[in-house]
Amino acid sequence: MKSTGKVTGIVSNLVTVLVDGPVSENEICYIDCSGTRLMAEVIKVNGKNASVQVFESTRGLKNGDPVEFEDRMLEVTLGPGLLSSCYDGLQNNLTTMTGVFLKRGEYTEPLDRTKLWDFTPIAAPGDRVIAADWLGEVKEGWLPHKIMVPFAFQGEYTVKSIVPAGQYNIDTVIAVLTDGNGNDTDITMTQKWPVKVAVKGYREKPRPSRIMETGVRTIDTLNPIAEGGTGFIPGPFGCGKTVLQHAIAKQGDAEVIVMAACGERANEVVEIFTEFPELIDPHTGRHLMERTTIICNTSNMPVAAREASVYTAMTICEYYRAMGLKVLLLADSTSRWAQALREMSNRMEELPGADAFPVDLSAIISNFYARAGMVVLNNGKTGSVTFIGTVSPAGGNLKEPVTESTKKAARCFYALEQNRADKKRYPAVNPIDSYSKYLEYPEIQQYLSEKVTPGWVDMVNRTKNIIRKGREAQEQINILGDDGVPMNYHEQFWKSELVDFIILQQDAFDPVDSVTPMERQEYMLELVIGICDRSFEFEDFGQCRTFFNEMINLLRQMNYSEFRSEDFNGYQEQLNNLISNGK
Amino acid sequence: MANKAYQRIYTQLESITKATVALKATGVANDELAVVDGKLAQVVKTKGDLVTLQVFSGTEGIPTDAEVTFLGHPPVLKVSDELSGRFFNAYGEPIDGGPEIEGEERQIGGPSVNPYRRKQPSQLIPTGIAGIDLNNTIVSGQKIPFFADPDQPYNNVMAQVALRADVDKIILGGMGLSNDDYLYFRHEFESAGALDKIISFVNTTEQPPVERLLIPDMALTAAEYFAVDRNEKVLVLLTDMTLYADALSIVSNRMDQIPSKDSMPGSLYSDLAKIYEKAVQLPDGGSITIIAVTTLNDGDITHAIPDNTGYITEGQLYLRADPDSGKVIIDPFRSLSRLKQLVIGKQTREDHNQVMNTAVRLYSDARNAKTKLENGFDLSDYDLRCLDFAKEYATRLLAIDVNISINEMLDTTWELFGKYFSKAETGIRQALIDKYWPN
Repeated sequence: MKSTGKVTGIVSNLVTVLVDGPVSENEICYIDCSGTRLMAEVIKVNGKNASVQVFESTRGLKNGDPVEFEDRMLEVTLGPGLLSSCYDGLQNNLTTMTGVFLKRGEYTEPLDRTKLWDFTPIAAPGDRVIAADWLGEVKEGWLPHKIMVPFAFQGEYTVKSIVPAGQYNIDTVIAVLTDGNGNDTDITMTQKWPVKVAVKGYREKPRPSRIMETGVRTIDTLNPIAEGGTGFIPGPFGCGKTVLQHAIAKQGDAEVIVMAACGERANEVVEIFTEFPELIDPHTGRHLMERTTIICNTSNMPVAAREASVYTAMTICEYYRAMGLKVLLLADSTSRWAQALREMSNRMEELPGADAFPVDLSAIISNFYARAGMVVLNNGKTGSVTFIGTVSPAGGNLKEPVTESTKKAARCFYALEQNRADKKRYPAVNPIDSYSKYLEYPEIQQYLSEKVTPGWVDMVNRTKNIIRKGREAQEQINILGDDGVPMNYHEQFWKSELVDFIILQQDAFDPVDSVTPMERQEYMLELVIGICDRSFEFEDFGQCRTFFNEMINLLRQMNYSEFRSEDFNGYQEQLNNLISNGK
Repeated sequence: MANKAYQRIYTQLESITKATVALKATGVANDELAVVDGKLAQVVKTKGDLVTLQVFSGTEGIPTDAEVTFLGHPPVLKVSDELSGRFFNAYGEPIDGGPEIEGEERQIGGPSVNPYRRKQPSQLIPTGIAGIDLNNTIVSGQKIPFFADPDQPYNNVMAQVALRADVDKIILGGMGLSNDDYLYFRHEFESAGALDKIISFVNTTEQPPVERLLIPDMALTAAEYFAVDRNEKVLVLLTDMTLYADALSIVSNRMDQIPSKDSMPGSLYSDLAKIYEKAVQLPDGGSITIIAVTTLNDGDITHAIPDNTGYITEGQLYLRADPDSGKVIIDPFRSLSRLKQLVIGKQTREDHNQVMNTAVRLYSDARNAKTKLENGFDLSDYDLRCLDFAKEYATRLLAIDVNISINEMLDTTWELFGKYFSKAETGIRQALIDKYWPN
């Protein structure tokens, strides 16, 4: 029997309910507001009083309005058809909603129930299976979408029957499983899973051992992210967080991409809707939208659903990971989610932590980041969820609770810097403060020397050193003046400018420069380091500047040209001449 | 029960603060309006029988036995084409001596547009100001504030931009506007002969601060009427959003909420986002563009109000007095229009992007040269050329009194490149150099 209750207090979207029966933390309930059913989640229980956060506007709600509890947590529906979809934070399909405005209380089906899928069985009658084992597959676009034993199943089952290859909709019973006690359960192509619980059903979670290419030089070359790794991008507004995230979404070497627009601008999501269906995935040649799911809870949509949106996104990622796929989750921005937690915590009059955030913020963030990772499935295949979140630090100050908590949880740190953004040196990732802990992993170092070139990590570290030395030289020049320092300070400084302009800076809006495959990154880095390894003779610092400016100009033209094209080779030849004359 | 919802009268207040009153009442809906001692108020909290009301015009003189009547609906605005050319107060009542508006009653602060139904903003709004058109192009459906110290002429620039912009309606939401500024806007609009396409909702400094909280929603409800029902291009001007946020903090403080950064309510981001996100390009051609003003305290953008605003809006325009040129300029470093990439090089000339970025980079080199000069070092030939370039660039392009076409802006920039720099120093793509480098 489900519990019911009555509204006894309202402050914005926090509603107190007097409950007549048992109620559990995070249980979902519906409040009847003059005939409109508003979805809400229990966030605190005190005696007979439950505090619930309402996922909708509470305008017009009255004390005494009836509440029905659902005896389940917030769940998502998992099954074929998730890709190319656009959901709100509660997995309502935004594309099938009627009208220009969002209607309160309108909840839509996440998956198309009529569409027929080409099913091919993998398991056979008599097979022994456990949760997350593959029973069959359908083609979702070009991806093999596995139909699995539901994650919630416990213990071992025997496949009693499975349908032959053919076309079925998602509600068709495609298999019957028998448990140890001889009870039969029907399996369809969909299952439900509570978003706040991590999906298990894999054998082990090893350390990441491969790199996920993004085509962004300052990431791939200097601070690469591992497949199954975690990273975050903090930065003040206007530093290019979103442009960088979109670049990763477009170019990232992943089979499935889930983008969670959490409390951000609606026009940014519109950009994805408009561009992604047109853009081609550089790795497969297919349309980007075919591998993308968008979870969109923009800043003007109900605050409580922001938190739900990141969990919904993560659960969908874990589902595809269980199929042995490479999944990339991008969440923009986790600060908005933290702010939503703060709003609720304030309304509940909890004792605040730093900057009025709830005290368990750090634990919540690290639990969430821990759901990413590479896994070995029960059948020995691997799948991964790589997670990159953005953080919007208040006042651009990185010493604030959300940034600090995230720093503890994420392995890669891409610090966007106001100073670089002011100078339009994009992407404005600070090369020295940023780091990738994966570069220290022996398995990653070995992978890079096999995949790219032997000694690659050493070369990357030398590159960082050139930038560091250039900064030192620049400080000395600023203190002592151009004439007050030895010539080699100028040379040092200009070598770091060379690295900055050619390797770090990248034009996200140029068709060629925006994506740099690893092979080309290797070529350009070797070229630039080769120049930096030389020592030059200059008469004065003016000559030094002119010489490097000319080199930078030629190398930039190379960056704008197709790799190894006639133009590219032409600029290279000019560069070689310039260098040999400059000696 | 339902019939009794209207005209319930209570006469016993339990508590009174400067902005709120509380009383015991039943059957009260969240967000519902009430009249307390003749003053308009809105339900902000219920706890059991105890209802807290926010009194818009302040609680001065309200006695504990004041008469409280609940109206049974949230704040509304009557919308129709009659709104055009009229001036209203925060409650949507005419203040220009004209007749009451006849029209459909709409609840203000209505639902959001389904993000999937939005269209990508794509129409450039030219203003003639190079600091905007060249470096920070504005697009219809965008939301962008001016960040300015109180002594900057932000209201003048905004009025100028509004009158030059090619839009069907201009809606002014004035919050804490000084009476002088209110009359200035009125005069500018009248003398431009544009009054019939302008609608104003005004709360002046003479009126109570909490009333301001209604202004943006009133202005945007009117904007949605023209943009959604009439498919018109609407430009909404909101000034000054800092005073709006101050009013929010007053109310939350009176309700004993825990303040977060800079004593602002923890919900500031969501509160501001609800307003700014009304900017939209609609599928049927209508659009709402929002240009706002956020005044800064001594240029401090880390304060919670400009900081949260910056994360919500699609860029920001900085006004700054430039000592070298002696003019107020739009600062090219911190200013940004996030939507400019949608039109730059598409609705403008192909060289726009590179010309813009190169000029700003050279302007930044000039700033470094200036630092060197201030520290007493000799300047190189390049430094001196940068400084000369910067001065001319600020005077001829960044100043807010510029009024030229975008092609003229581009040509002027090329002219300056040719005058002060070598081709290699600009680092511009060769094909563009070949085509546009001045001879």
